[in-house]
Amino acid sequence: MIELDRVGKRYPASQGGEGHDALKSVTLSIDSGEFAVITGHSGAGKSTLLKLIAGIELPTSGTVRVNDQDLAGSRRALPFIRRRIGLIFQDHKLLYDRTVFDNVQLPLDITGFPPREAARRVRAALDKVGLLSRERERPVTLSGGEQQRLCIARAIVHRPSLLLADEPTANLDMEYAQDIVEILRSFHQVGVTVVVSTHDLVSLRAAHPRVIALSHGMLARENAP
Amino acid sequence: MKAWFNQHRRALAVTAGRAARAPFAHLFQVLVIGVAILLPLLLHLAVQNLQRLGGTAQADARIALYLAPEATGKDADGIAARLKAHAQVAGYRFVSREEAIKDLRRIHDIADLVDALPKNPLPDAFIVRARSTDPGEIDALRREAAQWPKVALVQLDSTWAARLDAGLRLARALAAGLAALLAVALLAIAFNTIGLQVANRREEIEVCRLIGATHGFIRRPFLYAGTLQGAAGGLIACALAALCVIWVNRQLPGLAALYGTELVVQPMPLQDVLAVTGFAALLGWLGAWLAVSRHLWRDGPG
Repeated sequence: MIELDRVGKRYPASQGGEGHDALKSVTLSIDSGEFAVITGHSGAGKSTLLKLIAGIELPTSGTVRVNDQDLAGSRRALPFIRRRIGLIFQDHKLLYDRTVFDNVQLPLDITGFPPREAARRVRAALDKVGLLSRERERPVTLSGGEQQRLCIARAIVHRPSLLLADEPTANLDMEYAQDIVEILRSFHQVGVTVVVSTHDLVSLRAAHPRVIALSHGMLARENAP
Repeated sequence: MKAWFNQHRRALAVTAGRAARAPFAHLFQVLVIGVAILLPLLLHLAVQNLQRLGGTAQADARIALYLAPEATGKDADGIAARLKAHAQVAGYRFVSREEAIKDLRRIHDIADLVDALPKNPLPDAFIVRARSTDPGEIDALRREAAQWPKVALVQLDSTWAARLDAGLRLARALAAGLAALLAVALLAIAFNTIGLQVANRREEIEVCRLIGATHGFIRRPFLYAGTLQGAAGGLIACALAALCVIWVNRQLPGLAALYGTELVVQPMPLQDVLAVTGFAALLGWLGAWLAVSRHLWRDGPG
């Protein structure tokens, strides 16, 4: 499902200087249906790796293939590749001038879903994350944990085969973090590939994930589930 | 196809929602566009009406043949026969001196003055309608008729029509130039207003891109906004121009009466209203397309 072949990512220096290698020759593959956790210290390259898999960033060297498609060679196809991916962001990236319902409906609007079927799917996704009763509210009225669950609802409403979550439990207390992990685990159990970048391995231990550890932009170790 | 229709329906709903959330801002934007279009539109209307007036004057170009005071009925018949046989004459009418003085009394309301004259000073005359509207051919006819026996004077005032024609050509060129300049201004207005909307929705655009929106999906609500703003601006300009025509037509009778004529400014025909609205909508669309594309190109294809 996901194949990285000697992937490097170098960010240019903002003012002169040498620039910075976020990833150095990383090679790994994640199979369909896996629950993988990318972990490591701050600046290890976790978020960069996730962005490369989502096609938000393109590698400086090497190739990233998702569902057998080379992302760097399919820039025009990127929107359509992303439609098969569910993205969960650390900062949620919600639209605060729209309701909870409208936020979740957005991916279905993008694919031109019929309104009635879209409404049914939105309510099912909100029900799954326990926010159905809040559908008419604005995201600003939700707590941090609820906003993260809203972000998950938006990521799953179009039934993607791959879920990418960047630090989904960051800034959440233990109880909320467990909720999020349980939701991710439930998707994994129905066959969705889940890739999470985090430094909070404790919360995710219950999901028995495959752990991919990065250090200074390189693959440090891998633990099978 | 159904998905495409749903996306357009959604884009229209988004556009309407944004306009409803800031009605005054949108109204003033439309007003600015409308007033920008109004200026060349009024000039175009003025040119069209003057052209119509000039066209009528030229189409009605008439030559007056005044007979000598001593001309008899037989002389008049001879001239009538020449006119009837002449290839350049479309028609003619004999105006006797009695008829002429009656007209003078009626038209100019100077009956007292006319009555005070010891005898009728007016000659018999022929009013000739030329077949051609070409000033050169009309003038040739005038010169020929002046040579005929018992013709004392031939009058043709086509100079003013020639001057009007030259003036109209200049006004048309000015209107075209002004319209081109204001088309650029309209494009800039649409580019700026939609550019501001794009800047205000930067985060929304980013989120949409991250979850799989194509450039077409992102552009669509802005294109609808630009097109609708342009069309509404065009319609407002036409409505304002119609109000101007009504106002001018209310003022004209007094002026027209002084010249013993009837002047009415014709409003814009429906096809012109549609053309102006369509053109403004097209410019709005183009301005919006440029504004959104600039943002999308800057952020790259992904």
